[in-house]
Amino acid sequence: MRVMAQMAMVMNLDKCIGCHTCSVTCKQAWTNRTGTEYVWFNNVETRPGQGYPRTYEDQERWEGGWTLNRRGRLQLKAGGRLKNLLTIFASPKQPSIDEYYEPWTYDYERLTSAPLQEHTPVARPKSLLSGQDMAVRWSANWDDDLGGAPALTQADPVLQKVSDKVKLEFEQTFMFYLPRICEHCLNPSCAASCPSGAIYKRSEDGIVLVDQDRCRGWRKCVTGCPYKKVYFNHRTGKAEKCTFCFPRIEVGLPTVCSETCVGRLRYIGLVLYDADRVLAAASEPDETKLLAAQRSVFLDPDDPEVQRAAEASGIPRDWVDAARRSPVWALIHRYEVALPLHPEYRTLPMVWYIPPLSPVVDVVRETGEDAEDRGNLFAAIEALRIPVEYLAELFTAGDVAPVTAVLRRLAAMRSYMRDISMGRDGDPSIPAAVGMSAAEMEGMYRLLALAKYDERYVIPTAHAEQAHSLEELATECALDYEGGPGMGGSGPFGEGSGRGFHNDPIAVENFHMLAQRQTTDTVADPATRKARVNLLNWDGKGVPPGLFPPRADEPGEGPGLREPDDAAAPAVVQPRPVGGAEAGPAGAGTEPRRDGGTP
Amino acid sequence: MTTLATHPFAAAAAAAEVTTADVVLWVVLPYLFLTVFVLGHVWRYRYDKFGWTTRSSQLYERRLLRWASPLFHFGILFVFLGHVLGLGIPKSWTRALGVSDGLYHLMAITIGTVAGVSTVVGLALLIYRRRTVGPVFRATTRMDKLMYLVLAVVIALGMWNTIAGSILNLGGHYDYREGVSVWFRGIFRFDLHPELMADAPLGFQLHGMAAMFLFALWPFTRLVHVFSVPLGYLWRPYVVYRAKARTTPGTRPPRRGWEGVQRPKEHVGPF
Repeated sequence: MRVMAQMAMVMNLDKCIGCHTCSVTCKQAWTNRTGTEYVWFNNVETRPGQGYPRTYEDQERWEGGWTLNRRGRLQLKAGGRLKNLLTIFASPKQPSIDEYYEPWTYDYERLTSAPLQEHTPVARPKSLLSGQDMAVRWSANWDDDLGGAPALTQADPVLQKVSDKVKLEFEQTFMFYLPRICEHCLNPSCAASCPSGAIYKRSEDGIVLVDQDRCRGWRKCVTGCPYKKVYFNHRTGKAEKCTFCFPRIEVGLPTVCSETCVGRLRYIGLVLYDADRVLAAASEPDETKLLAAQRSVFLDPDDPEVQRAAEASGIPRDWVDAARRSPVWALIHRYEVALPLHPEYRTLPMVWYIPPLSPVVDVVRETGEDAEDRGNLFAAIEALRIPVEYLAELFTAGDVAPVTAVLRRLAAMRSYMRDISMGRDGDPSIPAAVGMSAAEMEGMYRLLALAKYDERYVIPTAHAEQAHSLEELATECALDYEGGPGMGGSGPFGEGSGRGFHNDPIAVENFHMLAQRQTTDTVADPATRKARVNLLNWDGKGVPPGLFPPRADEPGEGPGLREPDDAAAPAVVQPRPVGGAEAGPAGAGTEPRRDGGTP
Repeated sequence: MTTLATHPFAAAAAAAEVTTADVVLWVVLPYLFLTVFVLGHVWRYRYDKFGWTTRSSQLYERRLLRWASPLFHFGILFVFLGHVLGLGIPKSWTRALGVSDGLYHLMAITIGTVAGVSTVVGLALLIYRRRTVGPVFRATTRMDKLMYLVLAVVIALGMWNTIAGSILNLGGHYDYREGVSVWFRGIFRFDLHPELMADAPLGFQLHGMAAMFLFALWPFTRLVHVFSVPLGYLWRPYVVYRAKARTTPGTRPPRRGWEGVQRPKEHVGPF
């Protein structure tokens, strides 16, 4: 037994309202750079839908994940090692930018710089790849909320697997949202596909990372990952992926997506597993038994023998304690309501989901029946093959039994807690019907409905004896650091080359970026286009210099203000009349600004 | 004086027809370019591991790349192997193996032509793609453009030597295995024979000089990815585990200049 600790996540899909806050905050934190415009470490998909990138779940087409070869041994679906190397010059199964979307911006400047004219100026979409005008035809959430259904949903690879009757009725019955991040698999096929060995699994917490200094841009990981959660940064030529926000996790903070989730539907915690059993579990011949196989890999942190073995494996005591309190472990093992996404890819994913009961509840309610009644709900789960079959294709390789069991537990909790909240005694036969005790059911309710921050996120911090390699003090990096990543433009060897780039420690970079952003702000109605007060950077405390225009009796700008370097570019903040009317002084209300040489 | 006479430079200078220009072109410059090649790679690897990548443009365009890139890369791999054989293996070795000169020549021009043509076609397609596909062209640095130019010149001259020299025998027969190859091997053995290059046909001279210039350029271009050929992938375990530097408290040696206050060791014994 080789005990390893894995940082894992569970998402309760019943609570997801599809607001995309997780995606947006993740993007702001990690991928708001040139080259990663199309990269969404976290995205939220509407199901049924094609997902992002389009139809990524169709592994017959994209060949991601693992498969069993003729001898029953585990092998990458895209082929063996030799084939992987021989196809290195043009990766045959890599999605093109069309499967993602061509990133674009709008020519906003046109709105303010266009001369006075009869027609309102238009901000055209400009491609961020070619710089040319483009027609926007697709994006990360083009089919959000079933937009474009039923035409677009027909391409959903999961929907194509379920029976025809289900397919026809699907769009009329329900949809739900599926937030996705990297699965940080126990058997990551992206790492196995990487020819350079740049993708690795951290042995402390199981987070899968790309070593940016060792990645050589062979882009095989993009093919290898069946979830298509490794992206190719097209400017730096390196693979990038969700980092499970490891700098936050190391200090005990939840990931950005979890921290900002409005529905509070994410749970983070440790799971202990036996690394020696991973290969056998992933090689399970029957796809529908992969869920059970993966469960068998996990180790119960309450078991004294496991605790001893964990200690022998060098897992600190407080990590074992955290694993015992882990909400993820409780949802997977104690309450058995969490299921992995696509276990049939054989990667043993570690971001699990509680399937949504709400579609069933909605259907029952629409019939006018009592949607909290156990009998009604149980009957509906059995009768409504539609959601169950679809969910089974997502979470259990098509086996409806585990999904039904989870939905029955959720339904039972619903009707059991209804009695209690109505002031009646809980009916113990309800939890008994789904194989739980009343205390367990109340515990599950507490975790799913009420759990506070410190119950949802049980994250042991990285250890003090490892602190020096984690810290970013001047003893390590000194000040051999310039600009921010990607800010210097293209170097002689391509984007972001050189020491100044790769040495940026994350916290220092943010600090400098923040300082830079704050100090480049200048007075309101600035004289140059680049210098505008950015209220998004204002923390609400005090009055940052430049928030208000200087008073008449004050001499110009206060200290700490820096004019942007590009002073040669004149600001064009208001359209100038072509006829050459006398322009007013800068900053004086809505009058045209005074601009000497305009004829 | 006798030692001087056996010195390679002296030996080279002793040959009557060797001029200063020959020595500069075929002794000084090769060593200069090779030094830049080696030290440049060391510097680049230390300075710019992050920039050490293929900078693949497959995300932008894949239909042309799908044919052009394997054509070029497999072609150039065989061309490279051909150069290893032609430049690196002395004639006496292949003869000892029982390969006649005629057979060797036939193999060299057939395999060489096929590899060369696929390289040229692949490169032409790649350059066409790089120029015409908007996003790909935008992702092209000035260094890339220079590299493409030199690479194309080297390959074109090499093809010319193969077709015009070895196949059509324009300008008479020239056996590079007794000329260019001996000079090339001599560079690594410090047994210098610039006169052999001086006697070689112009095509070979230009090809050699352009290739050496490409080597000097090499560490500063995307060509560095050649040295990242991931052959280790065939043997390494599928999943790589890596620990954060795991040390027990106090055992990690401090960095130079950051040691804590240390008491000097007590002096014991007479010395």
